[in-house]
Amino acid sequence: MARLAIEHLRKSYGDVTVVDDVTIDIAEGEFLVLLGPSGCGKTTTLRMVAGFVPPSAGKIAIGPRDVTGLPPWKRNCGLVFQSYALFPHMTVAENVAFGLEMRKTPKADRGPRVAEALRLVQLTGFDTRYPRQLSGGQQQRVALARALAMEPDVLLLDEPLSNLDAKLRQEVRVEIRELQRKLGLTTIMVTHDQEEALTMADRLVVMEGGKVRQIGTQRELYEKPADRFVAGFIGRSAFVDGRIEGDGRFRSKGGLEIACAAATGAGPATLALRPERIAVGSDAEGLANRFSARVEHAAYLGALLDIHVSLSEHDRMLLQIPNRQGFVEPRPGETIAIGWAGDAGLIYPLQS
Amino acid sequence: MTAASRPSLGRIALNGAAGIGLLYILLPLIFVIWLAFFRQEIPSFPPEGYSLKWFGAAANNKAFVSGFVLSLQVGVAATLIGLLLGVPAALALVRHRIVLGPAVNTLLLLPLVMPGIVLGTALYVFQIETEIATGLPVLGSLGGLVAAHTLVVVPWVVRLVTASLVGFDRTIEEAAQNLGAGPFTTFWRVTLPSIRPGLVAGGLFGFVTSFGNLEMSLFLVGPGRTTLPIAILQYLEWKIDPTVAAASVIQIGLIAVAMIVTDRYVKLSRVV
Repeated sequence: MARLAIEHLRKSYGDVTVVDDVTIDIAEGEFLVLLGPSGCGKTTTLRMVAGFVPPSAGKIAIGPRDVTGLPPWKRNCGLVFQSYALFPHMTVAENVAFGLEMRKTPKADRGPRVAEALRLVQLTGFDTRYPRQLSGGQQQRVALARALAMEPDVLLLDEPLSNLDAKLRQEVRVEIRELQRKLGLTTIMVTHDQEEALTMADRLVVMEGGKVRQIGTQRELYEKPADRFVAGFIGRSAFVDGRIEGDGRFRSKGGLEIACAAATGAGPATLALRPERIAVGSDAEGLANRFSARVEHAAYLGALLDIHVSLSEHDRMLLQIPNRQGFVEPRPGETIAIGWAGDAGLIYPLQS
Repeated sequence: MTAASRPSLGRIALNGAAGIGLLYILLPLIFVIWLAFFRQEIPSFPPEGYSLKWFGAAANNKAFVSGFVLSLQVGVAATLIGLLLGVPAALALVRHRIVLGPAVNTLLLLPLVMPGIVLGTALYVFQIETEIATGLPVLGSLGGLVAAHTLVVVPWVVRLVTASLVGFDRTIEEAAQNLGAGPFTTFWRVTLPSIRPGLVAGGLFGFVTSFGNLEMSLFLVGPGRTTLPIAILQYLEWKIDPTVAAASVIQIGLIAVAMIVTDRYVKLSRVV
């Protein structure tokens, strides 16, 4: 049974719909990430769960409790704000104790629980400091401790790492995830950072234009993107525009005949290929699709090589190949053999 | 090299101008304080000697003492009412789109920029008319005086609270609500402490303005009810001995203490 259920949630401001018919079930203890470009409605969705934005339609339930009409202070959702939103006039301990105080937790119990929360985020001994005396990373931990101390039913994280520097972000990712797993907290995190989303989530929700484009695990989103948007947003894809000519046959705009397992029906469509699934040189032998391609540009990225090629006047694509020992990157203007399997490509019929 | 170590002409001129400005501000204060310790009755230079007797005279002057008490009462009452009116007004002006909001904001400054005589006359006429219309004793009453003084307190409170609300991060209010605080608790525990500098500074300046107000009060005080500035003015009509200077020194001292104490909790220089 879902611990948090969001059903047909919608938010409109006048004619503008920012969240459109969003339905998500989150299991007990699951770490769910809402991912999407800015303006996709992910933050609005989170704020509706927290109670700061009244939905125009739909329902939100935490466990058996319908919280749709409840004010924020009755929802018991621990929210970590992007700006941390620590109370500047209170010490670390007072910040963390605030939620307990509001819940009328007896004074004698507050001390140990504050200490425990601070221990969890490794800030023992910082009790009497003020937020302004802490680094960004420490403030972030206080915000987390404050949300954890009140033992929330759901933990909500609003871009919690975006104000940290890159190195710290990597560490905190792992820490937050370990903590969440240890405490078994049902969690929703909002982020626009794909790598962050992929490393932390149990499942991801890709949103765009206020709508849920796809819900799934990392593997599901990468291997079977539901639409062209997800194929381009999660990881990279090479897109080839053309038409489905018949079952298993795709013809590109530039006239390439491509064998493609997924092609059914007929009509305009886009073929999406993952750059690392395209083989080069002798590796391409024996594959269903083989073409000779002209190298436009090659970039040396260390572990990987990015090679932009053109197959015809209208068909360009990106290949990504591992930097194996002894491999010399091709020069622009060179012609190389490339190829991919018949089931490597995904077809997205063009919606009219 | 040598040019860098030697202060430039411009720097000297700037410091000189600042010094003259400071002297211009401080000189009257220094003179009043000096005068308060003169021994002779008619102030003249050089002083014949020094004495503390005028402080005793000021403390024993019934008009001064009752004026001081009244000014204190009016000032405190007007400041409290001014805060109760001014803080919600500032919150509303900053946070909500109010019809004619900017106009209201400017209008609220009016009591500060309007000449005291004009304000006093207007209030005098208004209070008389109110008395005629309602039959209630308004003019010359303590309530009438407090109401008028509230008018000069409110602009200070609104201005300074508004200033401290700008740049206030409202997500901390959301954080409080998220942690279980209702609207009132959120205001009391999170919003109010954050605007405290503006609140304290606004209250302090409002109080000082009320306490020192002469022109407006002249129109509104009743028989036997005199504020300290009026008592001082009346005393000066008959005598010019340093009693007045001593009374002023006491006032300066009290305000200085108030500002120093306030500054310990709230950095006034940051707000004003």
